[in-house]
Amino acid sequence: MASIKIPTPLRVYTDNEAQVSVSGATVGDALSDLVGQYPDLKQHLFQDDKLRSFVNVFIDDEDIRFLDGTDTEIEADASLRIIPSIAGG
Amino acid sequence: MKIELSKALQQKIFKQMEGTFPNEGGGFLLGTRSGNTVSIIDVIQIENIFESEEQYHRYAMSPKNWADMEDTADERGMTLVGYYHSHPDSPAIPSEYDRVHALPNFVYIISSVMAGEAVEMFVWLLRDDRSAFDQLELDLQA
Repeated sequence: MASIKIPTPLRVYTDNEAQVSVSGATVGDALSDLVGQYPDLKQHLFQDDKLRSFVNVFIDDEDIRFLDGTDTEIEADASLRIIPSIAGG
Repeated sequence: MKIELSKALQQKIFKQMEGTFPNEGGGFLLGTRSGNTVSIIDVIQIENIFESEEQYHRYAMSPKNWADMEDTADERGMTLVGYYHSHPDSPAIPSEYDRVHALPNFVYIISSVMAGEAVEMFVWLLRDDRSAFDQLELDLQA
C-alpha cells in the first residue's frame, strides 16, 4: 500500500501514527482514504473540499502542484508526505 | 496548556527579531511535551522567504524548511512543537492571516518589536475548530 507521512501537529488526529497506509490510484484518492480513516483531520487539510493553501503534498521530493495536483497518479507503494507551509503576518 | 521557556531562549528570540526589524522574522521551536506542558529546548531561526516588499507584515518558511526541521527533531529525540515570529510595530496578538494559516496542536509565539526593540511576547494555540487562538501561560525559567 501507499503511505502518507503526517506532520507532527496533526498526528494527534491519527492516533499518534507518523505514517499512515492508504489506498488509491491518485493523490486525491489517497487523501480521501486518509481522511476517511481519520475524519478529524479533514478540516485541517481541506477547505470547501480543496486542499488548504498552506497544505503541500509531496511524492518523494516532488510537490504535486508541479505534477497533476490531486489528479497525480501514484504507484501502489508510493511514499507521500504532507508538509505545511508556515506563514504568519 | 503551559509553555516553559528559559529566559535565555526568550532573549535569543528577542535579539533575532530585533535583527530582522523592520521586517518580520521567525523560526521553529523544538522541545518536548509532557502532559499539559510543552518545554521548549531550542529555537532555530529560519529566513523569511515572503516577497521582500511584503516582509514588513508577512513571514513565511518553505516546505523544505519544515521537512528538514521535522527530520532533525526526530533525529534529536525532540518534537517540532511550534514556531515563533515577530510583529514589527504591532502588538503580539495573532492576526487573521495568522489564524487562517495556523495549525492546531502547534505553539505560536509572537513577539512585538516596537521601534526596533522587542517589548513583549505572548504564546497562542489555535482552537481545534480553527475559530480563534487562545492565549497560553508562559512560564519563563531562569
